[in-house]
Amino acid sequence: MTREALVNGALIAGLVLVPLWAWMADEPFIITLTTRAAIFALAAVGLNLCLGTGGLVSLGHAAFFGIGGYAMGILASHAQSYQPIMETPFLINGTKSMPIIWLVACLASGLAAALIGALSLRTAGVYFIMITLAFGQMLYYFAISWPAYGGEDGLSIYVRNGFPGLNTLDPIQFYALVFCILMLTLGLMSRLMKSPFGLALNAARQSPLRASTVGISPYRLRLLAFTLSGMITGLAGALFADLNRFVSPSMFSWQTSGEIIVFVILGGTARLFGPVAGAVVFILLEHVLGGISDYWHIHLGLLLLAVVLFAPGGLLGLIAGRRKIHV
Amino acid sequence: MSDAVLETRNLSKRFGALVASDDISLSLKTGEIHALIGPNGAGKSTLIAQISGALRPDEGRIFLDHQEITHVSMPKRARRGLGRSFQISELALDDSVLENAMLGAIGATGSAFSLFRPALKTDDLRQRAEEALFRVGLKDQMQSRASELSHGQRRQLEVAIALTLKPKAFVMDEPMAGLGAEGSKTMVGFLDGLRQEAPILLVEHDMDAVFALADRVSVLVYGKIIATGTVQDIRANPDVRAAYLGDME
Repeated sequence: MTREALVNGALIAGLVLVPLWAWMADEPFIITLTTRAAIFALAAVGLNLCLGTGGLVSLGHAAFFGIGGYAMGILASHAQSYQPIMETPFLINGTKSMPIIWLVACLASGLAAALIGALSLRTAGVYFIMITLAFGQMLYYFAISWPAYGGEDGLSIYVRNGFPGLNTLDPIQFYALVFCILMLTLGLMSRLMKSPFGLALNAARQSPLRASTVGISPYRLRLLAFTLSGMITGLAGALFADLNRFVSPSMFSWQTSGEIIVFVILGGTARLFGPVAGAVVFILLEHVLGGISDYWHIHLGLLLLAVVLFAPGGLLGLIAGRRKIHV
Repeated sequence: MSDAVLETRNLSKRFGALVASDDISLSLKTGEIHALIGPNGAGKSTLIAQISGALRPDEGRIFLDHQEITHVSMPKRARRGLGRSFQISELALDDSVLENAMLGAIGATGSAFSLFRPALKTDDLRQRAEEALFRVGLKDQMQSRASELSHGQRRQLEVAIALTLKPKAFVMDEPMAGLGAEGSKTMVGFLDGLRQEAPILLVEHDMDAVFALADRVSVLVYGKIIATGTVQDIRANPDVRAAYLGDME
């Protein structure tokens, strides 16, 4: 077994054992903390496809995180007020069913990502960073000034949405759902990276000219990567909103985009479990250091600086070495 | 109708006052190696860039397999059968040699958007890649990282990627560059056989290789083709001697 497989195994084991222990020890707060970590990990897994494999530094993934959040907020708020979302030309009601909410969150954020990507991907480098940031900020101010759904105050959902056969209000059951989604997504992502698409996307990051001259359009590859990436981050947004039972414009803020990037870079770009490691470490630091000092971000900043300077492969690269090649 | 697989008609490209391509008409016929030579700055790279689609010509037209490709994008030209290797290697250096070789096969089979089937376990792709690596003599390095290859081996990999595309015509930009005597000899032998599969437009500085391989040679000076002919014609041509060969021999 390679060291990377060991690290991945350790991360999975931690994500299973810690909440299990917390459940037996009756520590719901720890379960909630782990759920947060898993949801952030999912958001970062989404970004990693675009940032790590595709080499596209998106500073606007909060847009998709927020759209996922608001998809949940809008559907659930209409369900709790018994007001239909629209009556003409056909009736659409709100819903409290998680599977439907997830589907809507994925579709909405995927559509937004396809549109934003189609425009942004015509630029590259620092312009791409700026234009994705601009789209994110546009949605942020839109959410602030949209009184129908709480505007600046956000939306509260009183009861967590339901999943058939589970009591989602029980922290451990909700966590189990999130954990399963994260594992499924990682499984899909692992297949995606090995597929001709993953191989081509990876090559197009390193040499776009090479991709073009063998008949593969880098633009199309990147657009699909960006769209899939947005869908995953959107799903994470829906789960995050459900965890807090609250949606607010801050999900759209550029700080959120920045945090997701931090998870990916801290853990290791283009590594399957990099974003998971990054999100877990982030939450750990937030919990441990945040308890000691209000200014814990300074320490996070130092750590990030150290990673960028001395371990460009992130924490995973530090422990597991260079990414293995596939043959 | 000509039997040209690849053809340019009256191609012109200017950069300000500089005429980089001046009314260039060039053809690449079935089964031949057509070498393009010329001193540095003659406009060889500009011409290649227009043929491969990286640059738009100001005037003139380009045909591949009798179909006009003047305004076709680079990826589409490749899918229509234009295989290309670069002077400075364009490789995914972080990936394995096998994965690199597979790129051409992925492009040619249009499977770049196949999302869930593992590429390395797809027989069709793998076979093409392994066969191409075997042919250029890189089979033993298949499992190495591309960045571990020597300079010469990277050139071989460049050619292998173009091979997996199974193109109708090759455009090769200095495949001998930096190969060394032994490597050059192997590459010459290889290209010699390759012309039967698809004709090659060869840009090359290594005159021994050009004279050994080329069925026809075109000489480009200041953006203009001053002569096209067999190796003997070109060697005997006084204009060419004056412009180019004279200062080499």
